[in-house]
Formats: sequence, C-alpha cells, structure tokens
Amino acid sequence: MKVYDLPDRHGHFGPYGGVFVAETLIAALEELRVQYEHYRNDAAFQAEFAYELRHYVGRPSPIYHAKRWSAHLGGAQILLKREDLNHTGAHKINNTVGQALLAGRMGKSRVIAETGAGQHGVATATVAARYGMECVVYMGSVDMERQAANVHRMKLLGATVVPVESGSRTLKDALNEAMRDWVTNVGDTFYIIGTVAGPHPYPMMVRDFQAIIGREAMVQMQEEYGRQPDALIACVGGGSNAIGLFYPYIDNGNIRMIGVEAAGCGIESGQHAATLMTGRPGVLHGNRTYLIQDENGQIIETHSISAGLDYPGVGPEHAWLKDSNRAEYVGITDDEALAAFHALCRYEGIMPALESSHALAYAAKLAPALGGDKLLLVNLSGRGDKDMATVVARASGITF
Amino acid sequence: MSRIAIVFGELRLQGRKALIPFITAGDPEPAMTVPLMHELVKAGADVIELGVPFSDPMADGPTIQRSSERALKRQVGLKDVLTMVAEFRTTDTRTPVVLMGYANPVEAMGYEKFTARAKECGIDGVLTVDYPPEECREWVEYLERRQIDAIFLLSPTTPQARIEQVAKMARGYVYYVSLKGVTGSSNLDLNDVVNKLTRLRSIISIPIGVGFGIRDGATAKAVAALADAVVVGSRIIEEIENSPRDEVLTNVYHLVRSLRGAIDEAGGTL
Repeated sequence: MKVYDLPDRHGHFGPYGGVFVAETLIAALEELRVQYEHYRNDAAFQAEFAYELRHYVGRPSPIYHAKRWSAHLGGAQILLKREDLNHTGAHKINNTVGQALLAGRMGKSRVIAETGAGQHGVATATVAARYGMECVVYMGSVDMERQAANVHRMKLLGATVVPVESGSRTLKDALNEAMRDWVTNVGDTFYIIGTVAGPHPYPMMVRDFQAIIGREAMVQMQEEYGRQPDALIACVGGGSNAIGLFYPYIDNGNIRMIGVEAAGCGIESGQHAATLMTGRPGVLHGNRTYLIQDENGQIIETHSISAGLDYPGVGPEHAWLKDSNRAEYVGITDDEALAAFHALCRYEGIMPALESSHALAYAAKLAPALGGDKLLLVNLSGRGDKDMATVVARASGITF
Repeated sequence: MSRIAIVFGELRLQGRKALIPFITAGDPEPAMTVPLMHELVKAGADVIELGVPFSDPMADGPTIQRSSERALKRQVGLKDVLTMVAEFRTTDTRTPVVLMGYANPVEAMGYEKFTARAKECGIDGVLTVDYPPEECREWVEYLERRQIDAIFLLSPTTPQARIEQVAKMARGYVYYVSLKGVTGSSNLDLNDVVNKLTRLRSIISIPIGVGFGIRDGATAKAVAALADAVVVGSRIIEEIENSPRDEVLTNVYHLVRSLRGAIDEAGGTL
C-alpha cells in the first residue's frame, strides 16, 4: 500500500504548494525549512511541545457525543472533537505553541502574525506572553471592527495590533502586511502563520503541529467507541483545523473526509468564500493553490459571516486532497451556519464558533440520511463567545 | 539582438549608466500611461519597467500598492497593459519595455497566450516577482521561445549557489534589490551594495541594475557609480500621486530629468 508522504522536499503537494515568493524572502524560508526539518525529528523539541500541549493548552481535548442534538436530527451520531476547550478557545493555539518553541530555538525575539477572526492573533499574543517575546499582529480594519473582543484580548496580552487599511482590509491584506514586516525585519523576527497556507515549509509545519487533533481522535475513538468514525467533518478557510483532523486519517481510505467551505449568501450570489468549490488554481501568498479570482487573475473579495473562513485561497494540501478525490469539499451558507450555531447552544449547551458552525451545519444535513449506528466526527474547532455580537445582530431574523 | 542588449551596449560605449524608471500601468488613469511612458523617455529613461496591477502585491510597499489599487479601480488588467505597450510602440520602437508583476495574472491568461501577445505588442522582458527560479522553468522556456528576456531579482541574502542558478536563467539584466524590505523603503547601505556587486559581477555577465531605496539624485548618483543601471519606482509613483492631474507629466519629467543628470555625473567607470 502506498503511504501518503507529501509534500515532497520542495513543498509540493502534486502541482500545489511550493515556494512562490520574491527573492528577498527566500533566505528566510530556507533557514526556517532547515531548522524545522531538524527540530521535527528532535526528541527534546517534540517532548517539550507535547508537555506544553498537555499542561498549557490543556490537551487532550475530549470527544463529546452530542446525544440530544443527534436524537433531534435523527440518524447518524454526531461526535464533537472539542478544540473549543483548549486554552484561548480554539485549535489555533496548537500551532502557535509549536512555532513559538521553534522561534525560541532559532533565537528570534520578536514574533509577528496575521489574523482574520482574531483567534490566531490571540493564540500568537498568548504564546508571545508565555515565552517572553515581542508580538505584533496585523489585522484588517474590517475584521478589527467585527472581532473587537479579540482585539482587546490581544492588547491585554501585550501585543501590538496593527490595523491594515489596504485592499479589502481583511485577512488576505493582513497576510500581505505581515509578509512585508517579515521581509524587512527578518533578522530577529519569526513569522507565525496561522493556517496551512503560505510558502513551504509553512503548510507542512502547521499541519504537523495541528495533527495532534487527528492523532488524539484516533486513539480516543478506538478507546471509547471501539472503532473509527465513518466520516470526518471540519470547516475550511485556510484549512488548518481540517488538516489537523484529516492528516492522520489520509491513508485510511474507508473514512470519508469532508471539508466545509463558507458558501456565504449562496454560491450563486457570488458572495462567498468557497475556494475549492468555485475557484481556479493560481499563485497567491507564496503557494500554488485554488483561488477565488476574476478572469484577469485578480483576487476577488470574499464574503462569509465568519471572519476565519473569509479567505480567497486555501491550503495547498486541501487542493491536492480535492484533486485526488481523497477529500470532498462542500459549502454551507451563512444562514445554515447560524442555524447550527443556535442548535448547538440549545441542544447541547455549547456555543460554537461561527467557523465551526459550518462543519456542524453540514453534519446536521448529512446525519438524517444515515443510520443511527453511523458516527460523524466533527471538529468543533473553536468556541463562539467572540461571535456573540455578530449572532445577536442577525438573530432578529431567526425563528427557533 | 534584443532591444535591451542594444541599449546596454550603446550605453557601455558611451560610458553611461542606464536609468530604469518604474510606473504602474493604469495609474493614475489608463489614458495617461502611454503619455507618461513617452515622457519618461524624453526625460532620459533607457528602459521602462511597467508594473502590471495586482490585487495582492506582497513584495511591494504601500506606495506601489496604492498605485496598483488606483489602476485596479479603473479595471486595468494584463490584457490592457499589453495594449498600452502596443500603442507606445507605434511611435517608439527603440526603448525597451519590461513588464513587472506577479505570477497570477500571467497564469490566468496562460503562458502561450501571454507570451505570443507580449511579443506582438513589443515587450522585451518580464520580471515575475513571485517566481523564484525553482518554480518557473516552464515559464522561462515559454519566454525564451518568444525571445522575451526573463528578468530575475537578486537580494542581499541570496547565497552563492542561487546566484549561479540565476546567472544561467537570467536574460537582459538582473535586478539587485539593494536592501532588505519592500519597495519604497529607505535605508540604503552603499557599502553593502559595493561588496555585493563585486561578488555578483564575478558570476553574472549580463548588466546589473540596482533598485529599492533610491529616492533622490544623490542616491541615484552613488548607485550609478557602482551598477550598470539604476531602477527608481516608488519615488516616481509618489510624484504621480502628489501631483494635480494636469501637472503629472511635467512633474514626472522634471524628476526623471534630475535623476538622469545625477546619474550622468557619476560618469562611466565600467
């Protein structure tokens, strides 16, 4: 049997991934690649990472059987991998702990990050405080407005939050700005990318740090249910929580892997962020992947109710998993995600992030068509406190 | 012989250095690009670098990004840029034009269609900022088939082995990015430029242009004493940005004229 071993040594997942950056960044990426390849196989580094995940992040995160909601939906059993219970409330911290430890090993005293929903920014500010590093977070001014609570959290943690006013003033523009900072301050600065996109080695490195989600799930499923789930379901913006869950399962072809993209106001409306469903391959932010672009190759502004999914690209490994038919990618609209948000609040007493609500909504669509013995494992990638303002603003239109 | 090689050959004979101004196509409005190109030539430009607007110009600073945004607001895409160059060529068949931009617009058009059309429109070279040599072998083959020069960047951090790799693939001239940072940054270290250029010259046989951080006559003159060409971008864009629409051509002319004068003062040291 062929064992999945991507990316290749140049960071390619089939035709995707790679290193598409200006010459000014090449040396920094090469330094990072060499250092990461060393520490990836360094027992002391991996032991420290494991210790931090257990004692600081609070891992392992449990798998929770959403019994009432499953019964209400009728059909398959919905299980939740509770990444929302991590320190800082989302899966993002797994990766920032890993990258901050690496930054420390590389002697970098300053970390920078881009953020959309603010979860990655908070997770970066958190580890910067934890390890005593200076921290600058770039955030689109539009996102700063809709995620004000997270802006305050970052500032309380000691980070400088820089509003980005260029372009569409969202995640992609924050990423451009962070890259510019990095290229200018590359000597003392480590760029902590929050998702499985960007130039090699980022997609691989972030995946490796997030793969703890899937590795834990494999053990927990065996221990608690005596078998693995029938399908894995996770939301996909850049795709880090999805890859974290999927990666350890890639060689297990019997298990469906379903990535859920933000269909926004509906695919046909053009107001969405469903990159894999509607995009075409191209080059952006250092890698080749599917992109939402116009016929001139300009990147189009995307829309999603959830800032964390509002991104016109997607991690190159997802592009490859799509093309190779190993994973399926589907869309959930803003309204469907909101309905799932409310359902989980009411049936399970869990307030999910709007990002994760997309995965929940697809599980709710799928479950009724399946038998009661089927198990759907949904990555509950983050908690929804940060989204309360958005949800309340939209709530008047929802009848529950 | 390519237009770029001819121009550098002539300059060498005259003991002069090339001035390569950069403007973004479509900025401040599409109708002004061709007149601006002619004005640059009149003011003493030897080669024109024409920026292709892109929504996410990651390697550029805020000045060039704003110029890209102004052009995109007028819907200026790659095919419009090609048309502008074709129009420029109806009255100027001598000045080389190099397109500078990002990979995605080129990929969206397709290599074959782009290179065929670029040749037809009289484009001499293309610099694709986010195509390092490892990722663009096929692209370079397409350019070579049409005899369009593949221009590459080198940076202060480029190691020896990569310089050798670029030396094999680069045509026309190479563009040495004289400082760490994005376009429009300011702290140019001339000593560093001297050291690096000496090393580059031992490996690279085609002309070397230096850009990033050249903001006035003094820096242009200092760089001209060392390099074969001086590339000026953000400073010209600022002039376009800060001039009333009816004074853009005059102001850009005077700025480029003064840079030309400073560069010629440096004299020939080749």
